[in-house]
Amino acid sequence: MSNVPAELRYLKSHEWARLESDGTITVGISDHAQQALGDLVFAEVPDAGRRVTAGEACAVVESVKAASDVYSPVSGEVVASNADLGGQPELINQDPYGAGWLMRIRPDDKAQFASMLDAKAYEAALAAETH
Amino acid sequence: MTLRTPLYETHVAAGARMVDFGGWDMPVNYGSQIEEHHGVRRDAGMFDVSHMCVVDLKGARVRDFLRRLLANDVAKLTERGKALYSCMLREDGGIIDDLIVYYIDDQSYRMVVNAGTRDKDIGWLRMHAGGYDVSVEPRLDLAMIAVQGPNARQKAATLLDPAFAARALDLGAFFGTGADGWFVARTGYTGEDGWEIMLPAGEAAGFWARLRAAGVMACGLGARDTLRLEAGMNLYGSDMDETVSPLECGLAWTIAWEPQDRDFIGRGALAGQKARGVPRRQVGLVLADRAVLRSHQKVIVPAIGEGEVTSGTFSPTLERSIGLARVPSQTTDHCEVEIRGRLLPATVVRPPFVRHGKIAVAL
Repeated sequence: MSNVPAELRYLKSHEWARLESDGTITVGISDHAQQALGDLVFAEVPDAGRRVTAGEACAVVESVKAASDVYSPVSGEVVASNADLGGQPELINQDPYGAGWLMRIRPDDKAQFASMLDAKAYEAALAAETH
Repeated sequence: MTLRTPLYETHVAAGARMVDFGGWDMPVNYGSQIEEHHGVRRDAGMFDVSHMCVVDLKGARVRDFLRRLLANDVAKLTERGKALYSCMLREDGGIIDDLIVYYIDDQSYRMVVNAGTRDKDIGWLRMHAGGYDVSVEPRLDLAMIAVQGPNARQKAATLLDPAFAARALDLGAFFGTGADGWFVARTGYTGEDGWEIMLPAGEAAGFWARLRAAGVMACGLGARDTLRLEAGMNLYGSDMDETVSPLECGLAWTIAWEPQDRDFIGRGALAGQKARGVPRRQVGLVLADRAVLRSHQKVIVPAIGEGEVTSGTFSPTLERSIGLARVPSQTTDHCEVEIRGRLLPATVVRPPFVRHGKIAVAL
């Protein structure tokens, strides 16, 4: 079974987001997503300074099996991306909610974060997907 | 309904990720697919390949039958147990399937065909068998486990009856030997040494467990695909099908043109294609950029034409993306591949990419 931390928010497309104390939002892919993709071999994340809009495919994670777009949950400016993934894309497999984070975004409107799925709703979406 | 091998419960109990493969519910990986891949290259791994179908062919004229049905010539098989890789063709030269056939004795051959083409193959064999009075017997009572890797034979041999193990360890490449309903062959689909073991379905789960205990790593179809692609081996349905002739997918070496009077099915079409000039050929590709080749991506050969990636993956051994592609025959050493709207440069190489654990192409 996949791990769905209660304190995070999610998209049905398997991104997670965490609201940081400085008001930025850290984004990654869920444990379910990394398991489904299998061994990650590349991650293409946006550079700091880039503007992204909610729902935009702004990063790509690629495994041995498949490439998958990663959608931004909010509109805003990318303030950081995870440089470690260049050499160690497997961090996404090993620690999807920690060292395997993809990018941090300063949102234009925090309400977009609040409108994301909570853990319970995401678990329900996962259950619906597998049945 | 999805088909299950005798090892289905074993895979599920081991936590394998199961997927549909040619109508079969098969393990794609148990843990990390890349670790399974390295396990085979460096030590010993095993695959459940029971979805593949063993077909026994028997009759006084079985040799003549196979010399008509197969593009390679079973007359090359003069020693008992020796195997041959061949395509089975339509009249127009399209590939019905690729297969391995073992010479058991003058009245008996054993064939191993692909899972997804099983029914079609058996239908084709039976349609032609009548004229030769040959019986076509699919062995659905057998399971098949491939043990592959530099230490695979030694580890598996400890689990066989000592006399049978000694015979099996003596097998040369592409030879097989049987005993008590078991058949061990020194063949595989990974580019490593190893065996493919056919055994009674009811004994498969016990043998699999003993192989695990002997230190053989359980590997899924994911690793099987990256291993075969590194070894430069074609996958039926991806790199070839009924619209492709062996001349267009790197299998010209499997066509036995001699003797000239052997009239195998598809010979006329292949000879015509050869005389006119084959417009497309199969090549290996290595991608320089950090992206992954996938089947159906468009290949552009500047000033020459276009082609298509037929298989692509990330190579754990090369740590680059590699692939097989069908391209215009005039293609030389470079091309471009369209990946997510960008044209990325690729080097054209001659497969295999990896052989016996070592990188076999210049990077």
